[in-house]
Amino acid sequence: MSNSWYEKTALEIRDAVRAKKVSALEVTDSCLKRIEEVDGKLLAFIDVWADAARKQAQAVDAKIAAGKDPGPLAGVPIGVKDVLCTKEGTTTCCSKILKGYRSPFDATVIERLAEAGAVFPGKLNMDEFAMGSSTENSSIQRTRNPWNLDCVPGGSSGGSAAAVAGHECAVALGSDTGGSIRQPAACCGCVGIKPTYGRVSRYGLVAFASSLDQIGPFTKDVTDCALVMNTIFGRDPKDSTSADIPVPDFTKALTPAVKGLRLGLPKEYYTDALGAEMRDKIQAAIKVLESLGAEIVEVSLPHTDYAIATYYIICTAEASANLARFDGVRYGYRAPGVANVDEMYRKTKSEAYGHEVRRRIMLGTYVLSSGYYDAYYLKAQKVRSLIRRDFMDAFKQCDVIVTPTSPTPAFKIGEKTADPLEMYLSDIYTISVNLAGIPGLSMPCGLTASGLPAGLQIMAKPFDEETLLRVAYTYEQKRGFEMGMPAALRG
Amino acid sequence: MKYEAVIGMEVHVELNTQSKVFCGCSTKFDAPANTNVCPICLGMPGVLPVINKRAVELSVAVGIALNCTISRWSKMDRKNYFYPDLAKNYQISQYDLPLCANGCLEIQVNGSTKRIGITRAHLEEDTARNTHTIGGGDSGVDFNRCGVPLLEIVTEPDIRSAEEAYAYLTSLKQILRYLDVSDCNMEEGSLRAEANISIRPVGSKEFGSKTEVKNVASFSGVQKAIDFEIARQQQVIEGGGQVVQETRGWDADKGITFSQRAKESAHDYRYFPEPDLVPLVVDEAWEAQIAATLPELPRARKARFVSQYQLSEYDSGVLTAERPMADYYETTVQCGVPAKPAANWIMGDLQALLTEHKLEIGACKVTPENLASMIALIEDGTISGKIAKDLLPELFATGKSAKALVEEKGLVQISDTSELEAVAREIIASNPGPVADFRGGKEKALGFLVGQMMKATKGKANPQMANDIIRKELAKTE
Repeated sequence: MSNSWYEKTALEIRDAVRAKKVSALEVTDSCLKRIEEVDGKLLAFIDVWADAARKQAQAVDAKIAAGKDPGPLAGVPIGVKDVLCTKEGTTTCCSKILKGYRSPFDATVIERLAEAGAVFPGKLNMDEFAMGSSTENSSIQRTRNPWNLDCVPGGSSGGSAAAVAGHECAVALGSDTGGSIRQPAACCGCVGIKPTYGRVSRYGLVAFASSLDQIGPFTKDVTDCALVMNTIFGRDPKDSTSADIPVPDFTKALTPAVKGLRLGLPKEYYTDALGAEMRDKIQAAIKVLESLGAEIVEVSLPHTDYAIATYYIICTAEASANLARFDGVRYGYRAPGVANVDEMYRKTKSEAYGHEVRRRIMLGTYVLSSGYYDAYYLKAQKVRSLIRRDFMDAFKQCDVIVTPTSPTPAFKIGEKTADPLEMYLSDIYTISVNLAGIPGLSMPCGLTASGLPAGLQIMAKPFDEETLLRVAYTYEQKRGFEMGMPAALRG
Repeated sequence: MKYEAVIGMEVHVELNTQSKVFCGCSTKFDAPANTNVCPICLGMPGVLPVINKRAVELSVAVGIALNCTISRWSKMDRKNYFYPDLAKNYQISQYDLPLCANGCLEIQVNGSTKRIGITRAHLEEDTARNTHTIGGGDSGVDFNRCGVPLLEIVTEPDIRSAEEAYAYLTSLKQILRYLDVSDCNMEEGSLRAEANISIRPVGSKEFGSKTEVKNVASFSGVQKAIDFEIARQQQVIEGGGQVVQETRGWDADKGITFSQRAKESAHDYRYFPEPDLVPLVVDEAWEAQIAATLPELPRARKARFVSQYQLSEYDSGVLTAERPMADYYETTVQCGVPAKPAANWIMGDLQALLTEHKLEIGACKVTPENLASMIALIEDGTISGKIAKDLLPELFATGKSAKALVEEKGLVQISDTSELEAVAREIIASNPGPVADFRGGKEKALGFLVGQMMKATKGKANPQMANDIIRKELAKTE
């Protein structure tokens, strides 16, 4: 076992910290040093809070010294996607329009994690307002893939994925509206879950598409994922859409037992659009589970073809309203030299938003316009119901659905920036999960010939994260390989 | 050609909840600018609304009082437009599924009853208040009002005159005040009324182009503005022109409406369901629970006052105009005093004192129990009505009990025959002139002598007894 604390899992860290084998401060220092060493290459962090993180670690150590319970995530360094409100530092969504903005409050997830003893080393890069699949839409920097620095880390939570895969922090928080946790987790070779809609409070998550957004963790393994879920799941009176459903101890679901479980393979996902190499990796993973007694069932999700169109109508419509508040009146960027309020709105938004954000605001405004609403927004809502029904029907025949996370491994930086539609296809296997509101997890299922991670996606019934974790844990235990240190960071 | 007016009213009323509709901030009026604010009502990044249950209950109460159907399932929607009075640049409102719909309100105009249809009443959030420096420069935004719960009550185009509009507003306000859902203070903006006005030839089924008159500060202003608009539109049409569909303001000083904004530039509000809130479900049990809290409404109460207390229509109307006054009256009567004198004292001397001191009945120091005990003292002959008239201002000023004050000041009426006979003899002895006049047949002189008796007893003499006794004494000493 390596002596470097930054390489450890959250479980290892919290056990060692609680057992006083190491102080939270030592762990934090190890993590901060690691960031100093590798983030120049990865560009995952946009802000490092060395002083604040050390103070938080010292507070955990003081608790332990005083004989108090330091919490289930004592001393675990957790990086935070810049879409989450934090009193520490700034909260900008990597947009020029919120440059320098300081939130007066912590998101509910941050409060809960802090209460559990977590330490926050800083803020992580993302596509501006979580709109993108490569983190290239950040107004700040372009994060690199730890497996190949010429490749993107995926997106929109690319900073979070790269930071965990690059061992800069044990855990990172992301948000997933159409695949923004699972797709970068697949690209970078870590575990990422998009919980059931309503599982995690969205209070303090800067909204992109309110009916699709969920916060979730990036972790090094499935066990850590369960550990973090235990803390961040649960009803929050500040979020009316958060579900009042009991939160089990997810670590209890971590048993390698899939005998008799039915794995659904949607025929619409296994088409020619899926590259041969990816298909092989997924099939190998399914074989592992099958060999352990899981049953394979072919299922159908007949409205899959409409998912991307439906998604881009609903998410842009909601985004067009959610982003309206960034107007230069109360906070954030305000264009100088304007004659009146209309000009202020126009210039502020034109100057401060990037291309993708502007494109989506225009799309969303259009689909809600009088005369177009019925044809676009209303129809998309109806199709969304059909997509949800597809899943509910499929889950009558299976316990979980297993698919690839993304049709291809991470692509080259700049490769898809010129063609937004091509970029949108990166999420072809992930967006239906958000439309249906069900949980989805991505985990590594090997490396391609070019040395890039492939991602396996597992979906489950609403609020059945336990079964999902059980399948993921079983595969992780039995897959027969370790991801190890990413290629670009070895040596 | 003869024309008739077609008028619909939109009333916005701020609900008097303790906290705002989507956050915990106070709704108190008049706080220093931007002190009743938080990240939620300021529309900071990352915040979410949580609906105020009380605001829903008050809305439903109004809906029930206005005979509306309460939606079992409704939702909130986002109404999108850019303006600095909106923190989020969308207002959370209700579009196609309002909480309350298809109701009616009966109004009385010139002695007859008319039913005004209520199209809908929906819940939304109030906007901030913008202030501008005269002559340009910076504008300020005060977000204290942003997020105060607002109920928008919309009528069918059933109103045919300014008088009917006035009656509708008065009647609506009376109900809202009875329900205690709002202060309905137009000056503070807790009630705002807008009129949609068009005219058409009598007998026509089509509607003419309408104008919307906004920002009127009083009900009588609304009445005047409507009268002005009807006349103006008629003039336009008779002059061969066409009424422009637009929003018009009201200049109370000049007594005219003026063009504010043409409807062509009207917004496309791009309404869509608010994804941050779950659907609003008001099941039968909850509706029944709210209905059970509803007080007797003004029309029913007035009718009951006529039958139960045998008061006139007029008196019943005055006493039931405001719920606290009606409550005051009924509490007084329940103390066991007769209904009519109680009504007279409250509508007469007590109301005069309230008016003089600009007080509401709720702030009156004379409790109903106290007033009742004063009336009881008159009824049992302990004090005279005259004494009571002098006593009431003191009760009003001090809040002391009538009994205590009567005893303290020794105001108990003298009904002792021998005591009054002695006074009478003294008055006769010291007023030979008037005595002679009376005996000479001048009945008027008796009044003077009784007056002297009242004076000598500091008003405490039982007036009827004083009269009888001095008459007897005058006969004796003749």
